Amino acid sequence: MAISPSTMAAVRASGAVPQAEYLLNAENIRKEFPGVLALDDVRFRLKRGTVHALMGENGAGKSTLMKILAGIYVPDQGEVYLKGLPIRLKSPLDALENGIAMIHQELNLMPFMTVAENIWIRREPTNSFGLVDHGRMYDMTAELFERLNIRLDPDAEVRDLSVANRQMVEIAKAVSYESDVLIMDEPTSALTEREVEHLFAIIRDLRAQGIGIVYITHKMNELFEIADEFSVFRDGRYIATHASSDVTRDDIIKMMVGREITQMFPKEEVPIGDVVLSVKDLSLRNVFRDVSFEVRAGEILGIAGLVGSGRSNVAETIFGVTPATTGTIAINGRTVAIASPNEAIGHGMAFLTEDRKDTGCLLILDVLENMQIAVLQERFVKFGFVAEKQLTAACQEMSDKLRVKTPGLEEKIENLSGGNQQKVLIGRWLLTNPKILILDEPTRGIDVGAKAEIHRLVTQLARQGVAVVMISSEMPEVLGMSDRIMVMHEGRVTGFLDRKDATQVKVMELASK
Amino acid sequence: MTSEQATIPAAARRSRRMPPEVNILLVLIGIALVFEILGWILAGQSFLANTQRLRIIILQVSVIGIIAVGVTQVIITGGVDLSSGSVVGMTAMVAASFAQTSAWARPIYPGLTDLPFIIPILVGLGIGLLAGFINGWLIARTRIPPFIATLGMMVSARGVAKWYTKGSPISGLSDQFTFIGSSIWPVVIFLVVALIFHIALRYTRYGKFTYAIGANAQAARVSGIDIERHLIKVYAIAGLLAGLAGIVTAARAQTAQAGMGVTYELDAIAAAVIGGTSLAGGVGRITGTVIGAIILGVMISGFTFLRVDAYYQEIIKGAIIVAAVVVDVYRQKKRKV
Repeated sequence: MAISPSTMAAVRASGAVPQAEYLLNAENIRKEFPGVLALDDVRFRLKRGTVHALMGENGAGKSTLMKILAGIYVPDQGEVYLKGLPIRLKSPLDALENGIAMIHQELNLMPFMTVAENIWIRREPTNSFGLVDHGRMYDMTAELFERLNIRLDPDAEVRDLSVANRQMVEIAKAVSYESDVLIMDEPTSALTEREVEHLFAIIRDLRAQGIGIVYITHKMNELFEIADEFSVFRDGRYIATHASSDVTRDDIIKMMVGREITQMFPKEEVPIGDVVLSVKDLSLRNVFRDVSFEVRAGEILGIAGLVGSGRSNVAETIFGVTPATTGTIAINGRTVAIASPNEAIGHGMAFLTEDRKDTGCLLILDVLENMQIAVLQERFVKFGFVAEKQLTAACQEMSDKLRVKTPGLEEKIENLSGGNQQKVLIGRWLLTNPKILILDEPTRGIDVGAKAEIHRLVTQLARQGVAVVMISSEMPEVLGMSDRIMVMHEGRVTGFLDRKDATQVKVMELASK
Repeated sequence: MTSEQATIPAAARRSRRMPPEVNILLVLIGIALVFEILGWILAGQSFLANTQRLRIIILQVSVIGIIAVGVTQVIITGGVDLSSGSVVGMTAMVAASFAQTSAWARPIYPGLTDLPFIIPILVGLGIGLLAGFINGWLIARTRIPPFIATLGMMVSARGVAKWYTKGSPISGLSDQFTFIGSSIWPVVIFLVVALIFHIALRYTRYGKFTYAIGANAQAARVSGIDIERHLIKVYAIAGLLAGLAGIVTAARAQTAQAGMGVTYELDAIAAAVIGGTSLAGGVGRITGTVIGAIILGVMISGFTFLRVDAYYQEIIKGAIIVAAVVVDVYRQKKRKV
């Protein structure tokens, strides 16, 4: 018999909560969505004062479990215990009032309100007239920030803050609920190195205060840096829980994929041909300056640099999304003017954008419609009419070749996992037979298995003579895949490294120069 | 979350592939049956077994339907067109002024009477196209919201319609011209227009790009679609069809008045939305819109048949439009689980 959340909240307020072994535990959880068994007999145990990472490929069930713990989903079966007492959370508010706060991957702040208003929403301090007491709210926020060592103006509007600072506001908000459990969903995915350090400092501080933190990440090195324990999930099942000091990286990967990935970066030496893309003194006002580089057929040029260094902007400019203010772009030795993506495609370019949701997927449309949209510029169209049969056949072939896991081409792309969505988008570009392929974070937020497949594919394309430009924040990926690495910092190129000379340290030096 | 896609049962997949129009068609049949039953109970006669009534329904639906075909495409791109009703009024006036016979006492252009009937039609289509083009150009180049751009056109086009003859109606239209509004011809025009754009949306690049822009304009742009050019096309087509509706309206009435087409834009939007077009963009079909328009027509006819007061009719119509959007929102939510 579960205790109702309101009773539980009252018990909590009275301070009469027993000391249980686990802050939060979930046993035998089962959750089914129409047609999909998302979680099956899953358990999770969070100890007081620990950081507990959830690991697993996309689709493993991490997000579903986390949403159950945060009261967003109600499990079909199983029990959730808060400090040893069974509890049934029916809404995120239930969870919040019982000391479980979640920080979402997509931030949920109101951009036109101030930092303080965002933090104390629904709980605004009032004066004796019942009106919001802005002075006190400011002080409360300042006090909270001081405790967390966050340097932000409580009166700033959220829309003026960087993503990292918004993240800090979210964390402060969660802490302001005096939560015992904090759930973080890939909190570092949009942060720079230094911001990550700050975040980790805050997390360590919270941990020392006895708060339990559930931490979801795809980044292996974060696991070793911040997590005390981790649990691995695979295909909706619980696999194991270990202390992170007991295992190696390879062990975890093995647990996650259920098989050994022999080679993460199947880089091959392929014959390098003539210069295909040559960029000279390219600038975009106030964003980046004097960027020059060449890419040859069969070559993979990696672009490294911190978030905000202008890497993605260079790619967008070459592709005509934001045409350059000055500088030249030459393809096969001929200078070309590229004022729009349309023209870039006409010159044999393809561009896999960084943000799958915002600039990649047509989320409400199906796989076929997503895959065909770029190639329709040039092929499979006669007198305006689409040659449905040939086009569908070509998309089916591409989908098979890339091993897209989908019930069919008529499946909505939003129902696919991140890795499979990415494969569909890559397929979209491969159908155009590009000579120059620009990849911006091609494996961000996708699981290990799909990652290796995409790497293999990129290698294969290089072998076929495609010139590849690959932007990535993941150092092992850049080092593992590139023939040469261009490093950027604050809108300028700070250096080039050859494959044989490139090390993590050298790249980092150039990236922070 | 769902890499277990392969486990989706075949039955679930099949039901998903059933065209969404089936639901709307069922709603139409349901409404018609309700009127049929109420007809026997309250008026002692059949609602449906009356060819005269059915003819009036589809005739009434035709003009709104022609507009709605254009508006549906605009809504699929994620926009909206509020100007179509006023464009109807404007084109009706201008087209009619070139369709007068010399037998009429005081024609607008005394030197331009008895012209071949194709002239007023081309003039009317041209005016509609121009209005739509201006809408599209404003939206694509200046990036003002479609709501504002077409609201401006709505006010201005109505102004043109009134200014054109300083408010007086235009009569004395040639038989050739009024022929296209006679008998069943408006219905034929409507169905031909619907068929053309049904094919355009489903089987041409134009259609694929229209859906892509509505689904995610940024992604469509990066995929090489010239969004500005495409939006201008879509709004121009919507204007062209509103122009055609204006011509048909004038021909059918055998006269043109500046007040023609008032609130038609809302009926057209309602037809599209009832037919399953999502105001969020990316979703919608001409077949649905055709059925949506017929639903509106059946309801108006049904209420008149049951002698429901015209005031109540409007109140109920408003409620039904809102209900259609509620259903749309609910459907979207359900899709996201």
